[in-house]
Amino acid sequence: MIDMVVPELGEFSLILALCLSVLLAIVPLVGASRGNVLWMNFARPLSKGMFLFTLFSFICLSWSFLYNDFSVAYVASNSNSALPWYYRMSAVWGGHEGSLLLWALILAAWTLAVAVKSRNLPQDIISRVLAVMGWISVGFYLFILFTSSPFERHLPAFPQEGADLNPLLQDFGLIVHPPMLYMGYVGFAVSFAFAIAALLSGRLDAAWARWSRPWTSVAWAFLTLGIALGSWWAYYELGWGGWWFWDPVENASLMPWLVGTALIHSLAVTEKRGVFKSWTVLLAIFAFSLSLLGTFLVRSGVLTSVHAFASDPERGLFILVMLAIVIGGSLLLYALRAGQMRSESSFGLLSRESLLLVNNVLLVVSCAMVLLGTIYPLIVDALGMGKLSVGPPYFNALFVPLGAILVVFMGIGVISRWKQMQLSMLVQQLWLPGVVALVLGVGSTWLFAAELKPWVTLGLVLAWWVVLSGLRDLYNRLRHRREKLAGLLKQTRSYYGMVLAHLGVAVLVVGVALVSIYSEQRDLRMQPGDSISFRDYTFIYDGNRHVEGPNYTSDQGQIRVLLNGEPYTEMHPEKRLYTARGNVMTEAAIDPGFTRDLYVALGEPLENGAWAVRVQYKPYVRWLWLGGLLMTFGGLLAASDPRYRKRRAMAAA
Amino acid sequence: MTPKRKQRLLIVMFIVVGVSVAVGLTLFALNQNINLFYSPTQIAAGEAPQDTRIRAGGMVVDGSVKRDPDSLFVQFDITDYDKTVTVEYTGILPDLFREGQGIVAQGSINEKGVLNAVEVLAKHDENYMPPEVAEALAKAGKMPQPEGQEFNK
Repeated sequence: MIDMVVPELGEFSLILALCLSVLLAIVPLVGASRGNVLWMNFARPLSKGMFLFTLFSFICLSWSFLYNDFSVAYVASNSNSALPWYYRMSAVWGGHEGSLLLWALILAAWTLAVAVKSRNLPQDIISRVLAVMGWISVGFYLFILFTSSPFERHLPAFPQEGADLNPLLQDFGLIVHPPMLYMGYVGFAVSFAFAIAALLSGRLDAAWARWSRPWTSVAWAFLTLGIALGSWWAYYELGWGGWWFWDPVENASLMPWLVGTALIHSLAVTEKRGVFKSWTVLLAIFAFSLSLLGTFLVRSGVLTSVHAFASDPERGLFILVMLAIVIGGSLLLYALRAGQMRSESSFGLLSRESLLLVNNVLLVVSCAMVLLGTIYPLIVDALGMGKLSVGPPYFNALFVPLGAILVVFMGIGVISRWKQMQLSMLVQQLWLPGVVALVLGVGSTWLFAAELKPWVTLGLVLAWWVVLSGLRDLYNRLRHRREKLAGLLKQTRSYYGMVLAHLGVAVLVVGVALVSIYSEQRDLRMQPGDSISFRDYTFIYDGNRHVEGPNYTSDQGQIRVLLNGEPYTEMHPEKRLYTARGNVMTEAAIDPGFTRDLYVALGEPLENGAWAVRVQYKPYVRWLWLGGLLMTFGGLLAASDPRYRKRRAMAAA
Repeated sequence: MTPKRKQRLLIVMFIVVGVSVAVGLTLFALNQNINLFYSPTQIAAGEAPQDTRIRAGGMVVDGSVKRDPDSLFVQFDITDYDKTVTVEYTGILPDLFREGQGIVAQGSINEKGVLNAVEVLAKHDENYMPPEVAEALAKAGKMPQPEGQEFNK
């Protein structure tokens, strides 16, 4: 009998989580301001309770999906009994309501992680951090319960069968992409909470930056992974082989990433040198605000995008109000407290500090530019000046040069010294990597295509520049050591994290340059027996075969591929009809490779058994995501540096 | 004015000039790359500029889709139930493209008033309608009533 009320249990559990979050938002904060240890001590148990109740609520919803309880409206519109069990599980976050519940769960999980992993932080700081997390949680629980509860029932006449999950989302990419992305988005809530706690307590010092750093790095790593996964998913699932569309929702995830990247660099300066404090706090506030703005853009349906949900304006209004409270409140607090911040040291015009400042300025400017392009249509529409959209050329025209300058400075920044350094020394160290990068860059471009296209050459030169200046830095570190190998092992995890992440940028740049310029695509009409050749490959179309899937039927194209005339492989692109919704879906066939992908997708059936077929050759496309993975590992490695734990242990002792 | 103040003023002026130049260039780039949306009624009334990249949207008229037997050329009409515009496109149409579906096309209007599309967008949600199309339909007073959520299809 108990299983009849599982959705209600889920809802009650969520209400209890809300109650706990309200307590968490108030009690420790009051305790911290009054110095009441008992009240402050409530922070950790309340965080744990909040997590447990949210988890239980999430399990209840998953249960309803697993056992096909179509009396729950959200389950009925996003699942189907013919759906395999793993897609029924991932369907939990396949729609608006459930993905918000996932968001709340991840927020609670981060809160729990902060509560458990920060044993050695001062009591008043940790209570304030957890209280701020509590405030954010209150906002999201209210949002879910009032505007988008996933537990609402269709009673008494509920459907016998569900409307099925959107076929685009029946895919491994959907299982992993949203949780990773949310881990990143929500992770910036932790950086935000640390910043607000520091402002509240007035203790903005190097210790604060050190506490905040590993959390920010982890959040950044997850966001990077989430974006990379999203790009990969779009590439193979949408059927046209694109990996970045400057779609508003992609921009919404890119903006916090850019500011977050600025933040992890700025935190490094604050920790090591005690400067940039107010700037760092501001970045932490903006990184989280942009995460919320991203949520608003996705959830309110104000923008045309592949992610647009059919949604109601009430939700958009709620998030807009929440956004106003978060930004307004935190900036007010900032304005009141920023005056008290003092730099602990100074730095010269040419120093690592000022180079990192350049990095920050470039990243923030890129973000502002993306923001402008993303919300410009909204502003124009709100002013009643017509409907418009901003095309990819705008973003490319501004983002590519800014990115190129950023990468140039990346090479210089790695070599530079803190506090003050001589230009002559910089030149003396960098001229060789610069010249070699130029030679190797031009050489590899020529080797690749026997021609020098400006953007490709620039991309490859920049990639070599990053690698070589990194090597020069490593050489500097090992020069005075007798045992080179031992010296290598002596370097910190933070250092190797940085190296990996920067290497990721170089790999990404190579991928972007080559796949943007040298991709080839043919859209053509193919009858059985037709073939097309390009590069070294010949694609022969042998007609279609009918295939039955668990919840779809499919026309599967049979395409033989020859490499230099020899049989190479067979590819089977599909056109699927998902019967529950009557949706047609393209399932591209991809032959992946380290240096190139072959990509075949079916268009639509034409007369006389012919099909529209899209054949693509994508050089180095995997390098895009490889770069993303390297950055992710870099971030995680840097965050795992034992230094963060050791110092804390010392502080406690 | 003390030399220190003078120096500060100079820095401030540099920043102001720098920011203005940056903003100016950005807005210029933005203006070069915006695509205005026009409804079929506006296009029929000649409001849309010729040979400029625009976006147009509406419902695909039933029975208007004509394909060339030898290539991927396709021609169809879109309507806001007041006026219709012919769209020509060569390439692969999106999965959800079908007659009666709301779509957005990007391209330019030629001298015959035909939209030469370079991109046709249909969204991957059958209940979803691009906001521009919905508004154009509402303006023409032809917004189809939603059927409500359907199950057991």
